Amino acid sequence: MSEIERQSMELDIVCVGFGPAMAGFLTTLTRGLADENGAPLLESAVMPGMPPQVICYERADDIGFGVSGVVSKARGIKESFPDFDPAQVPMCAPVAHETVAYLLDPHGASRRQELLGFADKALGFAGKYTSCCRDHAYELPYIPPFLCKEPGYVFSIGQFNQWAGSQVMGSGLAQIWPSMPVARVIMEEGKVVGVRLADQGVDKKGNPDACFMPGMDIRAALTVIGDGPVGPVGRNLDEILGLPEGNSQRDWALGMKMVVDLPEDCDLPEGYVLHTFGYPEPDIFGFMYVLPDRVASLGIFVPSWLDTPVRTGYRYLQHWMTHPYLWKHLKGGKMRSWGAKSLLESGRRGEPHLVGDGFARIGEGSGSTNVLTGSGVDEAWTTGVMLAEGVLKLMKKNQPFTKYNLERAYVKRRRESELEAEAKIAEKARDGFGKGFIQGLTGMALSGFTKGKLNMPGDHRDPNQRVPSIEEYYSGLLSAQEIEAIREECAAKGEPLHDALMDRVGWPSIEYDGQLLVSHQDALLMGGKVQAPGGYADHVVFADPNVCLKCRERICIDMCSGQAIAPDPEGGAPLFDREKCVHCGACVWNCSKPHPTEPGRTNVEFKAGAGGLHSVEN
Amino acid sequence: MSAGYHIVVCGGIVPDPLQTLEPVQGPAGWGLKNELMLPAILDPWAGHALFEAANLAKNVPGSKVWLVSMGPKAKLQQVMMTIAQKVPFELVVLDGPASGFADAHETGAALAEAIAAIPGLDTSKLLVFGGWQSASRGAGATMQVIGEKLGIFEQFQGVDKLEVLADGALRVLERVEGGSYQDSVVSGAPAVFGWATGELPEPPNNPQVGMQNMRLVMPALQKAKPVKLEKGPEYSGVQIPSQKRETRVVKDAPVDQIAKEIVDWLSA
Repeated sequence: MSEIERQSMELDIVCVGFGPAMAGFLTTLTRGLADENGAPLLESAVMPGMPPQVICYERADDIGFGVSGVVSKARGIKESFPDFDPAQVPMCAPVAHETVAYLLDPHGASRRQELLGFADKALGFAGKYTSCCRDHAYELPYIPPFLCKEPGYVFSIGQFNQWAGSQVMGSGLAQIWPSMPVARVIMEEGKVVGVRLADQGVDKKGNPDACFMPGMDIRAALTVIGDGPVGPVGRNLDEILGLPEGNSQRDWALGMKMVVDLPEDCDLPEGYVLHTFGYPEPDIFGFMYVLPDRVASLGIFVPSWLDTPVRTGYRYLQHWMTHPYLWKHLKGGKMRSWGAKSLLESGRRGEPHLVGDGFARIGEGSGSTNVLTGSGVDEAWTTGVMLAEGVLKLMKKNQPFTKYNLERAYVKRRRESELEAEAKIAEKARDGFGKGFIQGLTGMALSGFTKGKLNMPGDHRDPNQRVPSIEEYYSGLLSAQEIEAIREECAAKGEPLHDALMDRVGWPSIEYDGQLLVSHQDALLMGGKVQAPGGYADHVVFADPNVCLKCRERICIDMCSGQAIAPDPEGGAPLFDREKCVHCGACVWNCSKPHPTEPGRTNVEFKAGAGGLHSVEN
Repeated sequence: MSAGYHIVVCGGIVPDPLQTLEPVQGPAGWGLKNELMLPAILDPWAGHALFEAANLAKNVPGSKVWLVSMGPKAKLQQVMMTIAQKVPFELVVLDGPASGFADAHETGAALAEAIAAIPGLDTSKLLVFGGWQSASRGAGATMQVIGEKLGIFEQFQGVDKLEVLADGALRVLERVEGGSYQDSVVSGAPAVFGWATGELPEPPNNPQVGMQNMRLVMPALQKAKPVKLEKGPEYSGVQIPSQKRETRVVKDAPVDQIAKEIVDWLSA
């Protein structure tokens, strides 16, 4: 087929993805483009007489949709807004109290190392005679300084992004366009010269259909990519350029969360921060942040090193919420919104090429998340600020956005920052989890207290090389015949395996209450409010369907946050339903099969797509 | 008709209907809980009117479309970021309440005043478009009030189709009872049209249109005139409709039983 004729538009700077990093970039950039009286300081190269033309394209239906709640020291944000008043941003409060709790397993269903089982028994025994262990949980008497977030804020990133976005747009010096997915970068002679927007009016496979409108080519001197860890544009660039020598993106986690109206008798104070570990599986971490007006943001992180081939974030979230230590606060509460997001936990080790001729990377997709301190929003914001400072410097000197210039203006600034120093400490902090939960915790403590001088070695294979078969994982609990029978039963019903297997190995059923504990599908309707505008191609694609046919684990189905990937009752590759996808990207890194041509990737491709979660409260 | 139309679309914003809209009484009267936090969209009825207006303007050379909208400025800006990608228009902003509890007469009067003040507007070519009803208030009275205030008495409500005839007259299909249409012909502008759902799909996003619109949207937001609505009805009480939703998992239930339960549930 001959190349489709596309419209083209020239800008000075084109940005991809509006998250905390881009908010930091555009906030700093727009401030530098005008003087105190609002008069432009710089002139557009593509539109003489006008200020520089800066546009940011965002996939979601509005800015701030489909991200998650956070506790942050907010150092970078406070530097950008020295007079920051949390009352200006809905759902934002200063951190008031922090607790870290180890949760015992009240049901005996989770997989625990022998030593941990022994420790659990000891804690349970001690709890009978002392107050150190109540409600099957042990509150740590001491929180390591690297984990403390005080003085900081708890807030909804969605609300914060909307607030920051409205400030940027109010300046009139940058435009942010939601519901406009970007398909890929445009490269010419090794230089990024802009981006191509996703085609509209196409069928599920991307073929022209009614109202076909080819995605425009947006050409710009500088392309800023901040589309997160599973963003198609950043991933597209990584496929072209590869990662820098020695870097890899193998550590991930799925964050699944809810925003909840707490029951009236809940006495947790505003600004309360709780972090948990130990349950529902030892290395699933949980969090609860109490926001203003008796609203809480809570959820879990299911990491890639949890080597179970059958893992569902949603059910694990419900088991975590109903743990006695949490349920005493949550019983009678009501779900306001719900969502999920992938986190790139490789941090600095997952850093891609930060700059090249005509482009720069910022935010989580640029490896800014700090896995030791468990923070990423402020770090992402700070990368955006650093890039903007560099870009302004180059623009004022009328220097082109070459790799050399961007290295000096941005990368050098980043390398010399506190952010980089902390990222180095965190780089190997979680390696130990690849060997086991106890090794993981030991490794974190070692890294944290020695400032990264000592670390626990780990297992750093790709998830698709680590995941055992279902039979191996359940050996000793279920026979291969039993598993096969469950597999056939689920296939006949077109259902995923995880519920049936979890039921069989002792996990209790969830007693739905219709307002906080509801079925996964009801959560999509009541809490996620997923939107999928028509006319776009499916963005989850199985690279080689034949590989899926032979796959016995199918984690893509079990891990799918929105139950958007389902077994094909006719026996084919899994089916994808765009109307349910929350764009968390868990399928990309959970797949247990390598890509047919690029072994470093999985058999699932995650392309540009519109819609996703439709709530600003996340 | 070679001179074209001056089409003014009145379109308010409403909280995203996918969100839970819980009424609460505040110091300024009734409103929605956490309304400022809720994402907003262009009223879907007004959206149809806008798409029809853009289509008419495209087909009749010399026409121009204005979108007159009343709402909190910051919310309007967010909504415009999406709407402005769809069709070309010039925005006129009234910085005022967009809640479903505002009085239709006061709202209509403010909008009519803003329309009359549009520079260069030729009332002999004027077609006023809007939603027949509103997603936030189903009174369907606002468009009538706007027409009356502007002195336009050719009014059509529940419009699904508007056709320009060869002699410049306008043929209108209005919804009437029993699923039927009333077929009317009006000699031409000025006229008021309260649209039902029209017959056009939502246009795809077009960044080039968005870019053109935004150059006018930003100044319009900066020039927004504050509007305060003082009069209006007093609400003795407002309630959210009771939700009948309940989650229950029943395995292997026969189809007849499921059907019976649904019927019982609906008639309960």
